[in-house]
Amino acid sequence: MRINPRLTDKLMRAGLTFLALLTVGILILIVLIIFIKGFRYVTAEFIFSYPEDMGRLGGIFPSIIGTVFLGLLSIAFATPLGVGTAIYLTEYTRESTLTRVIRFGVESLAGIPSIIYGLFGFIFFVIKLKMGWSLLSGTLTIAIMVLPTIIRTSEEAIKAVPRNLRTVSFSLGATKWETVTRVIIPSAASGILTGIMLSIGRAVSETAAVIFTMGSSLRLPTSIMDSGRTMAVHFYILAREGISMEKAYATALVLVCSILIINILAYYFMHKMIARYS
Amino acid sequence: MNRNIIDKDNLVRLVLILFALSSLLFLFVIFAFILTEGLPLFYKVGIKNIVAGMKWAPTKGSFGILPMIISSFMVTTGALIVGAPLALACATYLSEYAGRRTKLFLKPSLELLAGIPSVVYGFLGVIYIVPIIREHLGGAGFSILSTSLVLAIMILPTITSISFDALMSVPGAYREGSLAMGATKWQTVGRVVLPAARSGILASFILGMGRAIGETMAVIMVAGNALKIPTSLLDPLRTLTSNIALELAYATGDHRRALFSTGVVLLVIIMSLNFIANFWVKRRATK
Amino acid sequence: MMPETKIRIKNLRVFFGTQEVLTGVDLDVYKDHVLGLMGPSASGKSSFISVLNGMIHFEDGGRFQGDVHIDGFGSLSDKNNGVALRKTVGTVFATPIPLPRSIFENIVFGVKLNGIRKRSELHAIAEESLKKAFLWDEVKNRLSESALKLSGGQQQRLCLARTLALRPEVILLDEPCSGLDPISTAKIEEALSELKNDHTIILVSNNTKQIARASDFVAFFYMGKLIEFGPTERLFTNPENQMTDDYIRGKFG
Repeated sequence: MRINPRLTDKLMRAGLTFLALLTVGILILIVLIIFIKGFRYVTAEFIFSYPEDMGRLGGIFPSIIGTVFLGLLSIAFATPLGVGTAIYLTEYTRESTLTRVIRFGVESLAGIPSIIYGLFGFIFFVIKLKMGWSLLSGTLTIAIMVLPTIIRTSEEAIKAVPRNLRTVSFSLGATKWETVTRVIIPSAASGILTGIMLSIGRAVSETAAVIFTMGSSLRLPTSIMDSGRTMAVHFYILAREGISMEKAYATALVLVCSILIINILAYYFMHKMIARYS
Repeated sequence: MNRNIIDKDNLVRLVLILFALSSLLFLFVIFAFILTEGLPLFYKVGIKNIVAGMKWAPTKGSFGILPMIISSFMVTTGALIVGAPLALACATYLSEYAGRRTKLFLKPSLELLAGIPSVVYGFLGVIYIVPIIREHLGGAGFSILSTSLVLAIMILPTITSISFDALMSVPGAYREGSLAMGATKWQTVGRVVLPAARSGILASFILGMGRAIGETMAVIMVAGNALKIPTSLLDPLRTLTSNIALELAYATGDHRRALFSTGVVLLVIIMSLNFIANFWVKRRATK
Repeated sequence: MMPETKIRIKNLRVFFGTQEVLTGVDLDVYKDHVLGLMGPSASGKSSFISVLNGMIHFEDGGRFQGDVHIDGFGSLSDKNNGVALRKTVGTVFATPIPLPRSIFENIVFGVKLNGIRKRSELHAIAEESLKKAFLWDEVKNRLSESALKLSGGQQQRLCLARTLALRPEVILLDEPCSGLDPISTAKIEEALSELKNDHTIILVSNNTKQIARASDFVAFFYMGKLIEFGPTERLFTNPENQMTDDYIRGKFG
């Protein structure tokens, strides 16, 4: 006896809807738990004071600063390299073996898991280059890690700029570089910013690559050679060593909020870019 | 004045080429150092003793990581078994059944949620999933089951997002044609759209797999850190990634080199997966 | 009295890759007059233009042979630095392409590249150029608004003003009025009739009536060859070549 296709259709629709809601529900639930459990421990004091007793008491100010420094410095390194690469690939050359090899290199970098970046950063920056566990080691490692993202999004943004704008710019006597800096980059800015925001988000949520390069010192990093924690690293240590549930939830909440804000900004810029050209 | 412009343009081009080549440079340096630190032990102790070795006691000269290789694959498979169907269902619903508004709201939300750090997943796994398993199913709670579940949840956004893109790029004409012939919506989706998006969906599975195998922090928190090959879903385990992360901070000498060797094995596995995802899937797509 | 020659072209051949799109053109473009280029599509008119403004080098496989000499600038050759050329020869394209900026920023874009920065100077140039393009009255109060908000005809006059701001000696217009309403077309033609007092102008058009209205001399191109050249009135009333006559009468095109 054949199953009635109408019935199957209805069942599948219901089933798929349920599973979709389940999927989204699980993810929302995670965010909600963090919010509910962490909310009451996130006070101004928590944000601005220093941790005491290994983090059992006090706040997370040093790790907030560490996170901010890491995020900003790593994109300071990665953005010129990444946008420059994207400009080269789109404006200064045609598709050739060289560009294919470069793209392969970028894709490969993107596929390397973060623990391997941690291993590499550890042996190369911390040990061989004698930078020690430091903001510098962490920054350089994370910069390489987010480079593919910046290249990809910048390339897309630059490609989206209509060809005829370049024609106009040249016909008015602009050189190639003037065209790139005065016409193309400004038009591609939103898209490029999306990539930058996404990269900051990644830098902020990374743990494996950071803990082995930046270390886990509880002190406030005041120079680029200082070790320090990011919020993600601090949270990991609090959770794994079982130091304090409340502080862990609170740290997680600040961390997740930061990432949500960063990603929302990324989407804001992306929609600005799309709106411009449709 | 003409000369100046030409020289400046050439200078700019040179600088940009160097920037573009930097990616290759970094890739080379990363591989060079990982391999330089990790390969020697393969020669010294023998590949077989490492990759097929059963005992991991690095301070005593045993560098066998087979249990970890197997554990990595087991939890990844588990994550796919649980996560892939769920994510695919979600992607299918979003693409084929959801209205425009729902799509516009849910897709970015999914990608936002993908930004949640892995340590948070691990933490919640320890707090909620591990105890539940321990109480109701037995064992230590830290198990293949708990790890698979946590990893499954973590790869949901990845698989959903890419499958969604694959489904959305199936031409509308396919759907219209099927419906015009009297097929129900589900028949259309199941027999026409999903097969048409097959290669993109497979790519998403492989990428999800890559993410699961490469995951470190969440796994450390819920896997339990046992050195034997797990024989049941409730047994604790250690994966390749957690092996590296747990011991790197204090390892020296051959011990440290063994961790790099673990890294080499991990790198080979993941690069192969990426390779397959990019080339095999692309080839099928152009057929 | 023969007018002065501004651009002397001898034996110009234009190639895209191996395909020859313009064969052996000999032409004198006269200073401070409007030269109309007419002919059906793919006759080589646009290729001719792209040699004069240096944009040929940006086309895939585009190159040319022959002698092109602009009085007061020099000889064009493949190796010439196009930047200086494109400041001497301005171009208005068929579709108006405003930069996604304000009206003011559009006009002064090229000027700023030359190092002029003072606000007052830029404003003066903008006003002068917009007046010459017959657009000043319509936009004088909204210079900081986005150029994308202008109508098609206004945008095209903006593109003309943008080119004028660089004070080019030669102005090329490649089918500038295609797709524009009659009023905008008339305004542009009016602008040209005044501009020719100080600029050498070449106007490409598929519209023979526009050529008849707006140009002093006409060059008729067909299938990559220059068929006939002469003063507008003479060419339209008494063409020497039968093909010219047929084209003007609309027997083909």
